[in-house]
Amino acid sequence: MTTDLFLSNVGFFVMGLMALAGALIAVSQQNLLRAALGLILAFLGVAGIYFMLEAEFVGVVQILIYVGAISVLILFAVMLTRGLMRGAGSGHNSQWIGAAFVSLLLFLILSAVALFAHWNVTATKVTTDLVPKIGVDLLTTYLLPFEAISLLLLAALVGAIVIARE
Amino acid sequence: MDILNNLFPNLYDWLAGALHALLAGLNLVKDAENAIVATIMALVVVVVLLLWLVLMVLAMIWFERKTAARVQDRVGPNRVGPWGLLQPIADTIKMLIKEDIIPTNADRLVHTLAPIVTAAPAVLAFAVIPWGKGMFPVDLNIGLLWIVAIGSIGTIGIFMAGYGSNNKFSLLGGMRAVAQMVSYEVPQVLTIVVIALLAGSLSLNKIVDAQGGMGGFGWYILAFPVGPIAFVIYYISALAEVNRTPFDLPEGESEIVAGHHTEYSGLKWGMFYVGEYFNFFLVCCVAVTLFLGGWQGPILPPYVWFIVKVYALVLLGMWIRMTWPRFRVDHLMAFAWKVLVPIALVNIILASLFVTYALPALKQMGLF
Amino acid sequence: MVPLSFYLLLAAALFCIGLFGALGRRNAIAILIGIELMLNAVNINLVAFWRYIVPANPQMALAGQIFALFVITLAAAEAAIGLALVIAIYRSRDTVNVEDVNLMKW
Repeated sequence: MTTDLFLSNVGFFVMGLMALAGALIAVSQQNLLRAALGLILAFLGVAGIYFMLEAEFVGVVQILIYVGAISVLILFAVMLTRGLMRGAGSGHNSQWIGAAFVSLLLFLILSAVALFAHWNVTATKVTTDLVPKIGVDLLTTYLLPFEAISLLLLAALVGAIVIARE
Repeated sequence: MDILNNLFPNLYDWLAGALHALLAGLNLVKDAENAIVATIMALVVVVVLLLWLVLMVLAMIWFERKTAARVQDRVGPNRVGPWGLLQPIADTIKMLIKEDIIPTNADRLVHTLAPIVTAAPAVLAFAVIPWGKGMFPVDLNIGLLWIVAIGSIGTIGIFMAGYGSNNKFSLLGGMRAVAQMVSYEVPQVLTIVVIALLAGSLSLNKIVDAQGGMGGFGWYILAFPVGPIAFVIYYISALAEVNRTPFDLPEGESEIVAGHHTEYSGLKWGMFYVGEYFNFFLVCCVAVTLFLGGWQGPILPPYVWFIVKVYALVLLGMWIRMTWPRFRVDHLMAFAWKVLVPIALVNIILASLFVTYALPALKQMGLF
Repeated sequence: MVPLSFYLLLAAALFCIGLFGALGRRNAIAILIGIELMLNAVNINLVAFWRYIVPANPQMALAGQIFALFVITLAAAEAAIGLALVIAIYRSRDTVNVEDVNLMKW
């Protein structure tokens, strides 16, 4: 086994474990701040997975937006609605057993598809610097979704301010 | 001169060669031998970088106290060693032997992890900075975005510190600090976009190489009118990002006790203090790489030029700290959103026009 | 190289954990956390397929990464609006427990 192969396997398992551990913390903790911190760990793990998949731009954007902005947003919201963090009882609602059953069933179906389907995996690509190509593609092939997303972000900005105003 | 210029890359190659020669006697498989040598060299680079950073931080602590003293017409520390040079070491020893206090009813895990989450990203970001010709630990093709992204992880640590201390002043200071840091990230990233436009790449090595014209003086700060405006906006937002005066409302003693690190003592407080200096040093290094040409310069070896330029910016930051009063919190936010962001956006438009029309003409004239 | 099915398994696991979080939690912000996990799982799938399968149309060579970028942007917008709504509900009803916001239940 070459160094490359070994390191990519190790990297995948470390990052995957980090993402799964973070996700489990995020959905099981009753204390919302710890759940948010588990979510941040999951985001960092997913960013590591993107680096393993040689999509560095998406990985860096993941860290910048998810960890740097969305997590801060969630933490602020947790702080501003603070009354419920010290409440008694578990964090689960009255239908959590059904939710667990459905999640487990879906996981079995999805893993069956992932393991037993025949994917036409093509040969490995040569990875050159793809960031300029992403920029060019965003403004030529994918111009319409790009402009639509800009409008959507503007709507979200104005909407969030109007809704959360006093 | 070439020997001095390439001193550290030559040392690296010599050490790698020596390790290969050492392991050749064991007759390992080629892959295993390469893997072991690569791992050891990586560890050597990491250790050297960390030691260098710690030395730089100690030097900056001494530098700050001496500069503050001279600006305030006094002498500063001069007892502990010649010119007080051993003062930071004395401070470190004092900090290490202090008792570690965790408030009752505080979230122990969050309280303990917060200094680490604040200080670690600053060290991570140093891996992509070119310290001299051929002296970069990692060359990421998205190096610029990496620094911005890793810098934005530090806000989480400050929030954890503010919440985990079970103290109203800490919480308020933590939330103010996070609001300030998140607001000032926007002008910072907008000015970095200008540099990416001018250089045509996000890799820090390529950005430094692109500033080599005019005999090593083709710096982006000289690209009127785009360069100086971008530099000023970047420096101001960077000072606000690292919570230095005049933007240190979250931790000013007369304002909010000590903000998010009120309840910290001993080594944990030391991590916050050192983390702040790491961040400030990082921001000055990035400003030098992007605007002042990195290690480009005539005559002197490249790494000497880099350190000289970084310390010039560090001196500027300390000088600003010693002379200006701090901002009020609403003035802070208004300044970021109503002044810096519009100027940065107009700057991006000017930079696009500059790159399309002026840069080819300037390249033909031999500048840039 | 790590086989494609490993990445798909990881994404499926993350999706189901997020699904459990979105369906089985009481606090509205915890539900939003579950939704963010589901979006991340979908993104891993997209980027894994981009890496391992080259599309027939060469113009679409970067479709996986660009789609993932759009999903990240949408997740940011949706998190902002969702949290603004949660804060507005907290202000008027003084609770973020979704079992208590049941005026329109029959």
